[in-house]
Amino acid sequence: MSLNTAMVEKYRNNFLQEVAGNVEEGDWVKMCMQCGVCAGSCPLGNAWEHTPQKLFMMIRANKRDEVLTSDSMWMCTSCYNCIVRCPRELPITHIMHGLATYAKKLGLAPQSNPTQWFSETFWNNMMKKGRVNELKLGLSLYFKDGFVSGIKESIAHQKLGMNMMKAKRMAPMEIMGGHGVKDLSGLQKMIKKAQDIEAERLEANSK
Amino acid sequence: MAKHEYSYYPGCSSQSGASSSNLMRSVNSMCEELDVKLNEIPDWNCCSASIGYGSGSVLPRVSLSARNIALSEEANPGQDIVATCAACWLSTKEASERLHEDEGMFKDVNTALAEANLKLNNNTPVRHMAEVLIEDIGFDALAEGVKKPLEGVKIAGYVGCQTNRPFGIAGESFENPKYLDKLVSSLGGDAIESYEKKVQCCGGALAFSEPEKSQEMIHGIIEAAYDNGADMIVTPCPLCQANVEIYQDEINARYNSKFEMPVVYYSQLISVAYGRNSKDAALDGQLIKAKKLEEIAG
Repeated sequence: MSLNTAMVEKYRNNFLQEVAGNVEEGDWVKMCMQCGVCAGSCPLGNAWEHTPQKLFMMIRANKRDEVLTSDSMWMCTSCYNCIVRCPRELPITHIMHGLATYAKKLGLAPQSNPTQWFSETFWNNMMKKGRVNELKLGLSLYFKDGFVSGIKESIAHQKLGMNMMKAKRMAPMEIMGGHGVKDLSGLQKMIKKAQDIEAERLEANSK
Repeated sequence: MAKHEYSYYPGCSSQSGASSSNLMRSVNSMCEELDVKLNEIPDWNCCSASIGYGSGSVLPRVSLSARNIALSEEANPGQDIVATCAACWLSTKEASERLHEDEGMFKDVNTALAEANLKLNNNTPVRHMAEVLIEDIGFDALAEGVKKPLEGVKIAGYVGCQTNRPFGIAGESFENPKYLDKLVSSLGGDAIESYEKKVQCCGGALAFSEPEKSQEMIHGIIEAAYDNGADMIVTPCPLCQANVEIYQDEINARYNSKFEMPVVYYSQLISVAYGRNSKDAALDGQLIKAKKLEEIAG
């Protein structure tokens, strides 16, 4: 049974409880008083199909699929406006990240959402050397939709790239490897351990 | 011995050849002038910024920051960690606070750290360079060292998001922080206190994934600087700097505007005001040249 099916089976009709038990800071959702300050404070508010305020109500109303498959949480720019303005001090930014991450772990995150894709690409890029390789990150962005469109994108951004190189803020040699940590194996083992601890807990929660 | 000494977390974008290498270079010049010694955390790793959340969930992300704090405690004991990048500071400070509040997570993180033969005590304050300038040095002392006042330069202080929220600078409000304006005034420049976009989000990492939505916000940030008569924008944040500076050509094409607004770091202002040349102040790292600063630097 997939993790998603197991969670549905376990929390049947109580999505609020599922969120409280499995989503980062999810136990705060019940504290939302529906004032809408988060929705009005979000810099990309108009791009969210469901604002945080609405997502919180949808969680209580058991709209599980609508919430977890939504691309709304992926519109979060991590500006922390909602956090500092929420009268009830809900850590909204973290809950949005948490919902997005949880949806991804269950295989429900919208594959076509560019931020979902970028977030994963960023993480994988960073884990290779322990530090971000900006050049490779930029190139993966340009070549995200295949080789031909990648070449087109690269040409479109050629001037920007040249200017960055001239200002010594982009180094072509980074393509050969670039900056990284010395104890890469220690770092990777540490992350593996942290991921295992979380995965075991999630698995146990689904039973 | 230097007057002030810290354990320094530069972050990925501040490495040589990276997008905010001009921040690093000007911070080095600024610290020489202010007698601040920065001891880099040996073998520091990426904090995964904010955008890493999708694949790196809570424990892996907190472990990344915990590793940096543990390395700092081992190599630079007793020294506050100081970050120059907003995301580095936020991630590290957030991790440190969470680990203070959540004993279970503290235990889990140390289990993960043991795989890298590290142990976290978590008794190290995590601070932003802006706090060092304001709290440890102070505006008055800063003003005293000015050799070349930034006279007649109109500067819009763009604080951005993550240097300001959720932690911010003690005594400042989230909605209208004034420390950048005070800093500009201390250096003899004309601070534009009515710059209404000072805490507007630039899109952060979504400038890469959602360029149209982000550039709409960046457009507003630059337009407001022009409307307020600014010669340049100053910011403490590497991603704000990059986002607001480097896409101006694209924004001009999209909005039929003619923006050419320089975006500099506070460390560049201080370096110039303290008499350093254009190169030391890393003004050669600007895509849009800050001519008025270059003239003063000579």
